[in-house]
Amino acid sequence: MKRRKTLETVIHGVFLAAGLITIAFVLMITIYLIIAGIPAIREIGLSSFLFGAKWESTANDPKFGILPFILTSIYGTAGAILIGTPIGFFSAVYLAKIAPKSVKRVVETAVSLLAGIPSVVYGLVGMLVLVPSIRKLFHVPDGASLLAAMIVLAVMVLPSIIKVSLTALAAVPKEYEEGSMALGATPVETYFKVSVPAAKSGIAAAVVLGVGRAIGEAMAVMMVSGNVPNMPSLFESVRFLTTAVASEMSYSSGLQRQALFSVALVLFVFIMLINATLNFLLKRQKEK
Amino acid sequence: MRMMKKFFGVLAMATVVATVTAGCGGGEKSVSTDGSTSMEKVIGALGEAFMENNKGVSFTYNPTGSGTGITAVSEGTCDIGLSSRALKAAEKESGLEETVLAYDGIALVVNPNNPVTDMNVETIAKIYTGEIKNWKEVGGNDAEIVLIGREAGSGTRDGFESITGTKEKCAYRQELTSTGDVITTVSQNPDAIGYASLASVKSTVKVVTVDGVIPSEETIKNGSYVIQRPFVFVTKKDKKLSKTAQSFFDWALSKEANEYIKKAGAVPAN
Repeated sequence: MKRRKTLETVIHGVFLAAGLITIAFVLMITIYLIIAGIPAIREIGLSSFLFGAKWESTANDPKFGILPFILTSIYGTAGAILIGTPIGFFSAVYLAKIAPKSVKRVVETAVSLLAGIPSVVYGLVGMLVLVPSIRKLFHVPDGASLLAAMIVLAVMVLPSIIKVSLTALAAVPKEYEEGSMALGATPVETYFKVSVPAAKSGIAAAVVLGVGRAIGEAMAVMMVSGNVPNMPSLFESVRFLTTAVASEMSYSSGLQRQALFSVALVLFVFIMLINATLNFLLKRQKEK
Repeated sequence: MRMMKKFFGVLAMATVVATVTAGCGGGEKSVSTDGSTSMEKVIGALGEAFMENNKGVSFTYNPTGSGTGITAVSEGTCDIGLSSRALKAAEKESGLEETVLAYDGIALVVNPNNPVTDMNVETIAKIYTGEIKNWKEVGGNDAEIVLIGREAGSGTRDGFESITGTKEKCAYRQELTSTGDVITTVSQNPDAIGYASLASVKSTVKVVTVDGVIPSEETIKNGSYVIQRPFVFVTKKDKKLSKTAQSFFDWALSKEANEYIKKAGAVPAN
């Protein structure tokens, strides 16, 4: 008996340690990022950092304004969600309610595969196929643009949107739908007037998750967006918050490096806000 | 989770950089170098190989920039200064000596379908600053020129811009983070022009001749290809190097070191 109890305590301890390690990592990263990110903001000034329209980090008179990055990240993510949500949402409804079992199985596997493709592969395909096609299709001199990034991100957020919406739709009690049909509604009417409203906070959570995925992506975006710190415009070369950090970090020094940490801090705050929204939505869904 | 991974990367990188840049100066069995960030690849490769061949020797490289490196030598805070430009007359008069280690040749590349084959430095500068916007102005098709460059802080970009005199004035359409990306992009877009260090140019793009000279090891060494700059070791005339530093100096300039210099994308001077 006593031995079992000791074993129990030991295992308890192991689990606790594992949990604490995770928390320690989160804390360490957060604290490090705040410590590393604050000095540059202090030196540059918060408003000229956040709202400055020019980023010339290696000029003789360097300028560190990250407004173009912030706006590009917001526009790019919004664009990706605008393209990705309808596709993801309708696929989820189809898969959850309409599709025959065999089709559902194949499509679900495909969606999982899509989620597993490394982002550098998305970037590569975007660079070799999408960018030249945009150039030809829209008759612009170069295809590397905000639009290309939006399209790549839209594809990348599809799996998160589809999977989470699917779970939410599948969790709608069958009685609701049966009740609706019994009252004479057609199946499609039932799905959109009963099932979807019942699963709405789950679907909202799916979209927010997609936003989080899109705003944090660096590699794929870096390969298709051109990386020039312009103000965002659909067919212009643009730089995101993530790519600003990733593209300059390797050769940076001094204030430039510190400013890159500050950019990362801003991105971190964005992600935190998105996570908070996500938690709020998921909690609301649970309470229902 | 994805974000976390990225931050770990940054964290790890910062730690490495902090450790690497920690020391300059130091004891008997060490070689300290300080200077040009563009020479990072060459010096990194040489330093690594040197440490491997001579156990117990520590080699440090402080990437501060050519100007700072030259100052560091004259103040005696490091053994060998690294400069990616030739010394100015005043610097030589102050008792410094230059020894060319290698040359950095930068090739201009265009799409293979582009009819333009030759340009001069002035035209190149005009193209990159946005003064010339259309290929037909330089004898090509009627199409907008798409300027491909490297990210701020890149050694190749610094080299290209300082040789052509276009520093801070380039109107890039794309700033890519690797030579490979530049080559791929130029090979995909018929109206693009880009630059890359000579060693990494591939056959998917066409190399433009500058004033009729094609960049090659030979034309870079004899100076007839102009988009190039020397990588220079800077030392003090009247002060002897420490034994270890001298042996590194001699080895780096010997034929033995050439393969490392070539691998790092530069043309060895010896």
